Amino acid sequence: MAKNISFTIKYWKQNGPKDAGHFEQREMHNIPDDTSFLEMLDILNEELIEEGKEPFTFDHDCREGICGMCSLYINGTPHGKTATGATTCQLYMRRFNDGDVITVEPWRSAAFPVIKDCMVDRSAFDKIQAAGGYVTVRTGQPQDANAILIPKQDADEAMDCATCIGCGACVAACKNGSAMLFVSSKVSQFALLPQGRPEAAKRAKAMVAKMDELGFGNCTNTRACEAVCPKNETIANIARLNREFIKAKLAD
Amino acid sequence: MATIDSRIPEGPVAEKWTNYKAHQKLVNPKNKRKLDVIVVGTGLAGASAAASLGEMGFKVKNFCIQDSPRRAHSIAAQGGINAAKNYQNDGDSVYRLFYDTVKGGDYRAREANVYRLAEVSANIIDQCVAQGVPFAREYGGMLANRSFGGAQVSRTFYAKGQTGQQLLLGAYSALMCQVHAGTVELHTRYEMLDVVIIDGRARGIIARNLVTGKIERFSAHAVVIGTGGYGNTYFLSTNAMGCNCSAAMSCYRKGAYFANPSYVQIHPTCIPVHGDKQSKLTLMSESLRNDGRIWVPKKLEDAQKLQRGEIKGKDIPEEDRDYYLERRYPAFGNLVPRDVASRAAKERCDKGYGVNNTGLAVFLDFSQAIKDFGRDEIAARYGNLFDMYEEITDESPYETPMMIYPAVHYTMGGIWVDYELQTSVKGLFAIGECNFSDHGANRLGASALMQGLADGYFVLPYTIQNYLSDQITVPRFSTDLPEFKAAEDAVKARINKLFAIKGKRSVDSIHKELGHIMWEHVGMGRTAEGLKEGLAKLKALRETFYKDLFIPGTAEGVNVELEKAIRLEDFILMGELIANDALHRNESCGGHFREEYQTEEGEAKRDDENFFYVGCWEYQGSDDKAPVLYKEPLVYEAIKVQTRNYKN
Repeated sequence: MAKNISFTIKYWKQNGPKDAGHFEQREMHNIPDDTSFLEMLDILNEELIEEGKEPFTFDHDCREGICGMCSLYINGTPHGKTATGATTCQLYMRRFNDGDVITVEPWRSAAFPVIKDCMVDRSAFDKIQAAGGYVTVRTGQPQDANAILIPKQDADEAMDCATCIGCGACVAACKNGSAMLFVSSKVSQFALLPQGRPEAAKRAKAMVAKMDELGFGNCTNTRACEAVCPKNETIANIARLNREFIKAKLAD
Repeated sequence: MATIDSRIPEGPVAEKWTNYKAHQKLVNPKNKRKLDVIVVGTGLAGASAAASLGEMGFKVKNFCIQDSPRRAHSIAAQGGINAAKNYQNDGDSVYRLFYDTVKGGDYRAREANVYRLAEVSANIIDQCVAQGVPFAREYGGMLANRSFGGAQVSRTFYAKGQTGQQLLLGAYSALMCQVHAGTVELHTRYEMLDVVIIDGRARGIIARNLVTGKIERFSAHAVVIGTGGYGNTYFLSTNAMGCNCSAAMSCYRKGAYFANPSYVQIHPTCIPVHGDKQSKLTLMSESLRNDGRIWVPKKLEDAQKLQRGEIKGKDIPEEDRDYYLERRYPAFGNLVPRDVASRAAKERCDKGYGVNNTGLAVFLDFSQAIKDFGRDEIAARYGNLFDMYEEITDESPYETPMMIYPAVHYTMGGIWVDYELQTSVKGLFAIGECNFSDHGANRLGASALMQGLADGYFVLPYTIQNYLSDQITVPRFSTDLPEFKAAEDAVKARINKLFAIKGKRSVDSIHKELGHIMWEHVGMGRTAEGLKEGLAKLKALRETFYKDLFIPGTAEGVNVELEKAIRLEDFILMGELIANDALHRNESCGGHFREEYQTEEGEAKRDDENFFYVGCWEYQGSDDKAPVLYKEPLVYEAIKVQTRNYKN
């Protein structure tokens, strides 16, 4: 059965990218512990609005852990700590205790400027994707789907790489603000599939170049990214990206 | 009275689409570059349409409310996508998929559209595989399939429990390829608030930049909306928090008919409601019904003990379990269509057999499947869903049966479109869940993804050319035209009006009230009396909205409360539309169940003599005025209309 907990929440307020920003603090009382973290923030906002104050702004949408929209840095961890690794929306208050102080911040990275409070601009990810994150294929009449046989193991591995939701937790966790886990997951998905091979070299180079251009940092193998990835992407992808990238450069 | 012309091509149903494509008008490559198309929405339908149109050479402007096109709610679809490939050699065919879909829709879909859908379904799988969508495969390297409700063949393709995600990422990557090529101009964090009509044709939209708050104008030769369904009218649903019907309502207010709004799908397998602070309901994929068995106790006293928390599901011996779907529908068992499964769960819970503390839940049990196939195999099939369930409920489905209850999930009704997916406003098209045409009164599982991609990749890019071919001499439109100014002024006036209310209540508190009215009076079991009461309450709620609403902040910059307030104003209008349609339709069919119209066994009782038509509603100039009904008669040539039977 659900029990109620009371705690202090410190949340980040920032009016646009140029504002310095500051924390605000509030006591939350008797929150049922089967409430999700975002529902707890709904309650916070409901209270603020009732007092005629401006609510706390943050991104969220599907609340099923799949859209990648939610992006809160909770007590020093992107998405907060869960048992198996999950998005902010899949974090429940039963992970917290009576009397806790819960600190909520935005993703902090040069490549993700703050729009308002904890809502950040992650359009850099779209730009990286546009640089080469696709198989160039026309809509129309491709060959029959079963004409391309793909060993189950390869298909499963490609699927694991494709599971990335593009939330940006990897960037937020990285001391260098690197997007390597994100980029390598996309590159790996296509590198593992025959459909992706013809453009593999071009793709790896184009996506890495765009990533560098947009101000993401370098990877120094601290593995902070894979520790917080809600979809359990691993740095094996980064190793694969490096191989693809070196192969492509050698061919130049 | 307006006549409804669905513009269905001549000829036998199996030849209509081929004939249409052979004779439709096309636009040559040079002229395509002179034509602009606005696509609103970046879900499966919107993204695939924008990508395909851009690739063909049109200049596309694509809009979404999220921070990236990849966030659209298609991403949350779990189970799979149907296609008539017959890879399993189990007797599938285009005709059978067509037949199952029409039957699943309780004979209220448009035959010609459904046939076309079944016809292009196989092509969708080819397209997605070519894009690198990692569908599940067998050891030999061939694509794997599973079964979904309402079918006796295995025609569902899947990518773990994340098929929607993978298909959307496929469409998104095709879209970003076109963004890179410069054929698609992408506008993220923009919300369409009105459609601009010039001389009777859709020529642009007014949208709010959700970051700056600025109201902006965009022009085009044609406007396509693929903005999803209206499930969030009920507040609690499986839809994402941002899903809304505002784009559809702005089209409706400008003269586009709204068809069959009462056809709302209540999905049987969702995690039950736990408290009044809940913000959304989480779906557990229909694919779980492949291996999970649904049951409640046979004995009322066992159910009462479960409700008081004195015993657990696993304490009830096999012989005291009532696998009610297997009992009532031996031929389809746990894989009956969603509407049938939802009503059966409601029936058991209404009789007191519910299994949780609210009495509003049934078991979905995997113990048999784990015994038969082993825990590892079940984890491979449903692992991510089981993890999600455990994170939410703190209970492991490997150890104890899941608890599920029906919840609002999908809306079969939508903006009325003809065979070409054009609405009753010229130059305005609607695709995906946003339109009404393919699912009749109930959608089968794994068919939403099929329809979204069919519309976006393979139907609209053809049919829109038939419209655009006579627009090639029309120059690009200036957004300085008086029609644009008038539309922008109206949007600004609307926003000012909402701010000026200065009441005491938050948007959400009023939205929750709307949800309660809808669920209670316009939910799974409807009656004429209840619907009338619901309509009276909705009228009162609108007054509350205009008297008590409070929006903090200003119209400048990010203001989430303002976004929600505009959407809520439209949800109230939508709620009335659903209730009016439900009240007029004196029959039960698919997702629309009127308690007065049922068989002795409690099955839906259709009235084909009086209601064999699409109900098309026309706006009458003001939200306060009741809409007017027009009828598009359904004409079935290929399929014999009969009572749905999933028993034998």
